[in-house]
Amino acid sequence: MEPIRTLRSRTVVLTASDIDTDQIIPARFLTTTTREGLGKHLFADWRYGPDGAPRADFVLNQPQAHGCSILVAGANFGCGSSREHAPWALTDFGLRAVISTQFADIFRNNALKNGLLPVVVDADTHRWLLEHPGEPLSIDLELSSLTLPNGTTVRFPLEPFARYCLLNGVDELGFLLGREAEIAAYEARRGLA
Amino acid sequence: MATPLTLFEKVWRGHEVVAQTADTPAVLYIDLHLIHEVTSPQAFTVLRERGLRLRRPALTFATMDHSTPTRTEQVFGGAPISIEAAARQVHELERNCAAFDVELLGLRDERRGIVHIIGPELGLTQPGKTVVCGDSHTSTHGALGALAFGIGTTEVGHVFATQCLLQRKPRTLAVNVHGALPAGVSAKDLILAIIGRIGVGGGTGHVIEYRGEAIRALDMDGRMTVCNMSIEAGARAGMIAPDETTFRYLAGRPRAPQGAAWEAALEQWRQLPSDPGAQFDREVDIEAGSLEPMMTYGTNPGMVIPVGGTIPERADDPVFAKALTYMGFAPGQALREHPVNVVFVGSCTNGRISDLRAAASLLRGRKVAAGVHMLVVPGSQHVKREAEAEGLDRIFLEAGAEWRESGCSMCLGMNGDLVPKGQYAVSTSNRNFEGRQGVGARTLLASPLTAAACAVRGRVTDPRELL
Ligand code: SF4
Repeated sequence: MEPIRTLRSRTVVLTASDIDTDQIIPARFLTTTTREGLGKHLFADWRYGPDGAPRADFVLNQPQAHGCSILVAGANFGCGSSREHAPWALTDFGLRAVISTQFADIFRNNALKNGLLPVVVDADTHRWLLEHPGEPLSIDLELSSLTLPNGTTVRFPLEPFARYCLLNGVDELGFLLGREAEIAAYEARRGLA
Repeated sequence: MATPLTLFEKVWRGHEVVAQTADTPAVLYIDLHLIHEVTSPQAFTVLRERGLRLRRPALTFATMDHSTPTRTEQVFGGAPISIEAAARQVHELERNCAAFDVELLGLRDERRGIVHIIGPELGLTQPGKTVVCGDSHTSTHGALGALAFGIGTTEVGHVFATQCLLQRKPRTLAVNVHGALPAGVSAKDLILAIIGRIGVGGGTGHVIEYRGEAIRALDMDGRMTVCNMSIEAGARAGMIAPDETTFRYLAGRPRAPQGAAWEAALEQWRQLPSDPGAQFDREVDIEAGSLEPMMTYGTNPGMVIPVGGTIPERADDPVFAKALTYMGFAPGQALREHPVNVVFVGSCTNGRISDLRAAASLLRGRKVAAGVHMLVVPGSQHVKREAEAEGLDRIFLEAGAEWRESGCSMCLGMNGDLVPKGQYAVSTSNRNFEGRQGVGARTLLASPLTAAACAVRGRVTDPRELL
């Protein structure tokens, strides 16, 4: 995984709260057996009309969304299914961070494992961000902070191990494989060896 | 005296390979890894890319359920699976299980079914185990006193290669359900009421332990219904302390311990319930006696009211307004008497034998209303045979419902069992998200009893009117 230190981008805003994984990527696109190419199905039912043509009124289809890597979403993002296809679709579309007030546990885990940063902000900052789409933000991972255009900096919580992995491009599977001795000892204790 | 511990704490501690520190999560050992065709292929790819094998193939168990057909001719009759991508996924799972030595219950296996139904049914799920699956409703297995939670595909790969996961310890939430559920009010109504109370994000970061007389009084099927929807409150997992009901359920199941091993297991399982005085991070109290049959009216399971209630008003809430527009409802409107087009009885929430019995009890000697399409899909092939032995299939068929082979089916429509656009579906499944049951489908979540009552009248109906 590529290390991430800083992220600078204008925001694209989806105000809906409780956006669930069925919205992020509907179930009919889960019949894939690979991780690639899911960006085109991101928010499919909101993004495309019944004829399959992009809806001009959906924000991700508008020119200003082009090249944005930070998504600001309404409160409580990512509830529902454990499908990792959700962060795969978001990152394939080009997003590297999602800002909300809270993330569903499984989604947060899945996002972090795919280099997609879930950023939790307080209600006031969140309201400001929802009301000011397209503003440039910068995110500093080392400091776990988000800087608004007026220079205000807010900290966001990030589990230290997840931060370490993101900053250093560490792969968790490698980390776990490195615990072989402890795992073998545990299995022996339980009589599983 | 030792500090009193919760059920969760005991299971967690028993599986810590390495305890968490401020800087690193715990390494947690997994006793049972269930896999299915949708969330496993990319994890097998990672194994291949890195030249890895499964550390413990014997602790891994595969089935197919999400994209599989439910039409008998496609399962047993040699007709091809109608969705090509689904067929590919099924074949890929067969290939992967053969290559990596994983036991698979294939499409025609008589033990096949929805992953969360067959784990307990086969006795694979046991008290005190850690159980994971690349599926959020893995919380179901917590009904037997296991610590069971859904994981993503990357984590499926972690368990394959190391039998372990990196996990931060969740907080605990006790949901105490006092008193007894009134007649006509089921486990499904209870969990919908709990979600309505704490909200779809109310359990985030927590493991819920369901406690109290109303929980103890539930049979295992009902307990599984409750734990199943823990994730709909955002919780990591739901658990219920094992007791005599649990042990009676497990005794004699093919993969449960037998003979002397059974006695030894019982001894251990009896130690699991939370100690008196154990502390939870949060507690919520619910009075069962005041609950009624529930139904959702919106686009998440927290948007729920009693079947006889009216949709609330929330001025200045555009999100709420958008949900109601999607559903074709208005604030202040009653749900009762609203026309229904589709009724679905099934899923890992309500596809077990007691659910089918409940629905059949109401349909016996009655007909599904003209114009209503009712689909009954047993949660496993075992449930199907059991239902047929009791003659429930006849009741459904004579009433005019369809009777299918097991699978996830209309719960998420991956196999093509879909609710047409704009139609209202009373469904015993767990999610009413926009488009969950098909593009533009309008889902009303309810219990099997309520679903059957709605099918008979073709309108939203409180089942107590027909009891
Ligand atoms: S029945 Fe529905 S919720 Fe349950 S595992 Fe299948 S798709 Fe998921």
